[in-house]
Amino acid sequence: MAEAVRAAPWQGGWGWISGGTIGAMLVRRIALGLVTLLLVSLVVFGATQLLPGDVAVAILGRTATPARVAALRAALHLDRSPMAQYGLWLLGLFQGNLGRSLVTNTPVAQDIAGRLHNSAILVSLTAIISLPIAVVAGIAAAHRHDKATDHALSAVALSLSALPEFVVGIALIVLSSLVIPHWLPMVSLVRPGHSPLETPRILVLPLLTLTLIVFPYVFRMMRGSMIDVLESDYIEMARLKGVARHRLLLVHALPSALPPTIQAIALTLAYLAGGIVVVEYVFGYTGIGAGIVQAVVSRDLPEIQDFTLILAGIYVLLNIVADTCTLALTPKLRTGRR
Amino acid sequence: MGSLFAKTMAKPAAGLGAAKPTSAGIAVRQLTINTTDGGVPIVRGISFTVAPGSILGLVGESGSGKTTAGLALLGYARSGLKIAGGSVSIGGVSMLDLPERELVAMRGREITYVPQDPATALHPGLRLRTQMAECLRQPSGAREQALHGMLQDVGLPDPARILASYPHELSGGQQQRIAIAMAFAAKPQAIVMDEPTTALDVTTQTRVLQLVRALAQQHRTAVVYVSHDLAVIASLADQVAVMYSGEIVESGTAAQVIGRRLHPYTHALLRAVPDPDRALWLEGLPGQAPDPAQRPPGCVFAPRCGLAEPACTTQSPDPVLAEPDHMVRCFRAGSLHIAAPRLLPAVPRPAQPVSPLLRLTAVQAWHGRKVLHDIALDIAPGRATAIVGESGSGKTTLVRCIAGLHSAWTGEIALAGQPLATKAKARPLEQLRRIQYVFQNPYASLNPRQTIGQSLLVAARHLRRGERISRNETLAVLASVGLPAAVIDALPGQLSGGQRQRAAIARGLICQPELLICDEVTSALDVSIQATVIELLTRLQAERGLTILFVAHNIGLVRSLAQDIVVMQAGQLVESGETQTVLSAPIAAETIRLMRSAPRFGAAAQDEFHDGAALDASGMEAKPLRG
Amino acid sequence: MMTVRTWLRRTDWPTVFAAVLVILVMAIVILGPFLAPQSPTDSVDDVFALPAPGELLGSDVLGRDVLSRVLSGGWRFLTMAGAATILGVGFGSLIGILAALIGGILDEIIMRLADVVLAFPQLILALLFVSFAGSSLSLVVLVIAIVHVPQVARTLRAASLRVVGEDYVRYSESIGLPRRRIVWLDILPNVRTTLFVELGLRLTFSIALIASLSYLSFGAQPPSADWGLMIHENQIGIESNPWPVIAPVVLIALLSIGINVLSDRLSRRRGKRGRLQTAAHLAPVPAKLGETA
Repeated sequence: MAEAVRAAPWQGGWGWISGGTIGAMLVRRIALGLVTLLLVSLVVFGATQLLPGDVAVAILGRTATPARVAALRAALHLDRSPMAQYGLWLLGLFQGNLGRSLVTNTPVAQDIAGRLHNSAILVSLTAIISLPIAVVAGIAAAHRHDKATDHALSAVALSLSALPEFVVGIALIVLSSLVIPHWLPMVSLVRPGHSPLETPRILVLPLLTLTLIVFPYVFRMMRGSMIDVLESDYIEMARLKGVARHRLLLVHALPSALPPTIQAIALTLAYLAGGIVVVEYVFGYTGIGAGIVQAVVSRDLPEIQDFTLILAGIYVLLNIVADTCTLALTPKLRTGRR
Repeated sequence: MGSLFAKTMAKPAAGLGAAKPTSAGIAVRQLTINTTDGGVPIVRGISFTVAPGSILGLVGESGSGKTTAGLALLGYARSGLKIAGGSVSIGGVSMLDLPERELVAMRGREITYVPQDPATALHPGLRLRTQMAECLRQPSGAREQALHGMLQDVGLPDPARILASYPHELSGGQQQRIAIAMAFAAKPQAIVMDEPTTALDVTTQTRVLQLVRALAQQHRTAVVYVSHDLAVIASLADQVAVMYSGEIVESGTAAQVIGRRLHPYTHALLRAVPDPDRALWLEGLPGQAPDPAQRPPGCVFAPRCGLAEPACTTQSPDPVLAEPDHMVRCFRAGSLHIAAPRLLPAVPRPAQPVSPLLRLTAVQAWHGRKVLHDIALDIAPGRATAIVGESGSGKTTLVRCIAGLHSAWTGEIALAGQPLATKAKARPLEQLRRIQYVFQNPYASLNPRQTIGQSLLVAARHLRRGERISRNETLAVLASVGLPAAVIDALPGQLSGGQRQRAAIARGLICQPELLICDEVTSALDVSIQATVIELLTRLQAERGLTILFVAHNIGLVRSLAQDIVVMQAGQLVESGETQTVLSAPIAAETIRLMRSAPRFGAAAQDEFHDGAALDASGMEAKPLRG
Repeated sequence: MMTVRTWLRRTDWPTVFAAVLVILVMAIVILGPFLAPQSPTDSVDDVFALPAPGELLGSDVLGRDVLSRVLSGGWRFLTMAGAATILGVGFGSLIGILAALIGGILDEIIMRLADVVLAFPQLILALLFVSFAGSSLSLVVLVIAIVHVPQVARTLRAASLRVVGEDYVRYSESIGLPRRRIVWLDILPNVRTTLFVELGLRLTFSIALIASLSYLSFGAQPPSADWGLMIHENQIGIESNPWPVIAPVVLIALLSIGINVLSDRLSRRRGKRGRLQTAAHLAPVPAKLGETA
């Protein structure tokens, strides 16, 4: 009826990203991710330039001897121009040379390896535990839309999503110390050179905290997209076609409701890359998040730069994974428009 | 309330359908559907039967409950609604008494459904092979062959390719054919079709209707065809039931309901439908259908009825059989006088040629690709000119160029001799004032956060700089488009679609324009409301000497409004001239095609016109189209 | 005219509940400093003394009165959160609306920059800035405001684009209405709800970020009374006297939940306004996709 149906203007801006085959899209998405990382590295580097006065003096304090200051300046290439400093840092990163910690004087790479391992364990265990719970709860709430189950689950999710991460962590510590005193450690120290899996008890509270933090995001997305799908014309049509209930849910509804959720899951994992900062700190867990806080406290320049860039890298990577999953699961995007 | 209806309906019901309970086809008795929240009746005790191989047209305007009734035949109610009473029998099986599991088994086997918009009703993520196979009864061995057969039945070539595609890879017409194929696939007893041609353009629509007709007869299927479009129903259905505010107010054979109608609402609806073969004087129906939660006491139609007498507002009329099979629900059924329809008086061309108000020279426009090719056109002052064409013909782009809303164009558009700048922004206020634009969708063209009065004031203050615009003037303009004074302080959300469109026209008028561009302004409105808007435009043209540029795809509508016509196809102007001349003897292939595929009333409606052959307008030739 | 029963049914209880929460915590925050029985910074008792008649919540890590510190520790933090929110949402919505209206290259640049900032966990970004530029409180406010800008800009851009695509804006363009009038008359009133919802959402985030920064000891510095800092200082004494941790944790939680529920109800109400309920499914409007964060 309407003649020239105007493409919604906000879709126009994304034409260059959504057009073409899935391979081309992936390449473009990765290129965009690399550009983003490059810009992030600039931001990280730029932030260090904001330091008032002489970086070396600022780090060592006013009482430092000129000789130590000079040594530090040389170590940090502070005697070079900012552009050269940036270039040397990037070059080092590409060669796997992350520099040395100013505090411990050990290679940053060594520290990072252990911390990455610990954090990866925490994040992947969280994902394994919380994602199925959140997805199933989301489907259940959508299925019982506007009934008591839905209202209760949604209220819990809404409240949880409002809470700062450390509040959830501390609340769990307090609860466990009051209800089951001395059962669970309040501090989750990982012995250097050992895996946290050797002492599973220290993982309980951090895992529970992260699970509660992750739950609302995935739950709400799953519930929302499932409700949208269940209310769509094509599901009504399937009902009117006499499609059996289990087939309706599994073949017709779920595949359409999953792409946004999968994207939400990837984004949530990316978000966890930031969320672990506080949670690890709360529990004194030796991961990359707590490492950043420590580095910032001690003004350990190389560690700050490397840690943040690595976290940003993981973040960007997970975003790309999220977009790829969405593309792969949506035929309309995959095969182009009519 | 429900029991009251049951009692009053019992009497005529016996004579109405006369169907044995075990008969094939569809039998509906006292079907009532309420909202779950508050129990407001949306469908109120309707009854009808449809024999195998015949088609019942269920006609109603938006909100009449026709779709809700159609879905209930499958034992289905949308969320917020529930089937509260009555019975539905499909091939002798009582649908509403079945347990859930058996009900699901009936759907898609014995009764199937064709959706309004296949673009949203086909699953976007499943291949058509999967979706179509779900409709088959055959064991998996014979499936592929059956699928090919289905596609052949609806005239779709290259089945292998289509079966492997996703819905979005097909055109709208193809999608609708798939939906129809799916409905007929299981050889069901009954099919409910919910305005399946609304989303299609006129030509495709005609082909799909022929297909439905042929398949229904071939498979001996009972079809309920739900539609708001009387012309479509008239050309397709054997029986017609007219719904208003949840009731069937009149039903019978197509010849009875359309030719010998008894209910004032049916009459008003028919008088509102334009005819491509004649310049009918469209008569609109004042007011709007009642809110289901606040129906008036007595006859629901009484507040809008010209024949209503005091009894109509206190008592609800029972259905009465006027002749075999012809039911009507009206106290005044006998007093309806069907006069011959009035025709529009011809507006003579001025003897001396006048200089055009608008002159287009070599206008070309782009929407990514080129969509207008070398358009040259003169628009005479004081006349209504229609621009018609299929979707994609470039008609809307053309008027958007004139209004300065589309900027990618070249050539010259001159208003009273002065060339217009490409974009509205670059035009002087005086020129902007003289051209006013009314949009297609009245639900989007008024700022929802401004009262109607504010909307009018913003436009008037801007375009008539330096003048004082009094509240009285605003009220006068609103009155001139038939809106009550209270509307001045109302937000668009408080108005109906027809009222909003009037308000949008008023916003144009208060700027005192010379040219009013109407871009499909009636296509979002019900027929009865559409007619009132056409009446309004005709009156404004006569009273104010307004020049009107009317974009439309409906040839009949154009004939009832415009003196001049411009036919467009694929960005080119293919024919133009005086409307009655062009449409009575079309030359261009596109004009002939548009005329031929325009829906018309069938033989049933023609009777009426043969009887009252006296044309009450002078100088009109109402020659039927040959060819 | 309304009977008690219809009043009970029509009242939106989650809203009432959330409003009560917010008002309660706000009362403590605003009136607290005047009600504090003792100085919030003087040691008055043993370390981690349990609650007693004179000290209803006991004492903290330095023997200070917990109740007095809780009553005095909210206003600074809440002022900071409010200021950061208003700055961030104000600036972000301005950018978002302009990007939507002007479009083209400007839009692309702004949105790609936003992508970059968003490709970065917010807290880490805040940490990065605060760590290098020092932890002055006004800087924390500024940093958190900046962190909000891209998200707010994105949301407001999307909302404004929806409005810009509507025919009433098209009409305003067709009569040559100046752009600033279009923003003022057509766009702002129609993105108002989005703006309010965004304010609520960002306030929740500001509270979380500022509390987290304080907790990580990059916000308020000792010996000032501050809820986030209190939790940090007294975490080691949970088993001796949990109250200096419990009280601020509960207050922050109640406030965050209250504000979040309020903005959630506001964003839902938008869908309900308009045409009558019974007609809604007769002419179904396509369900609006939930806004993805």
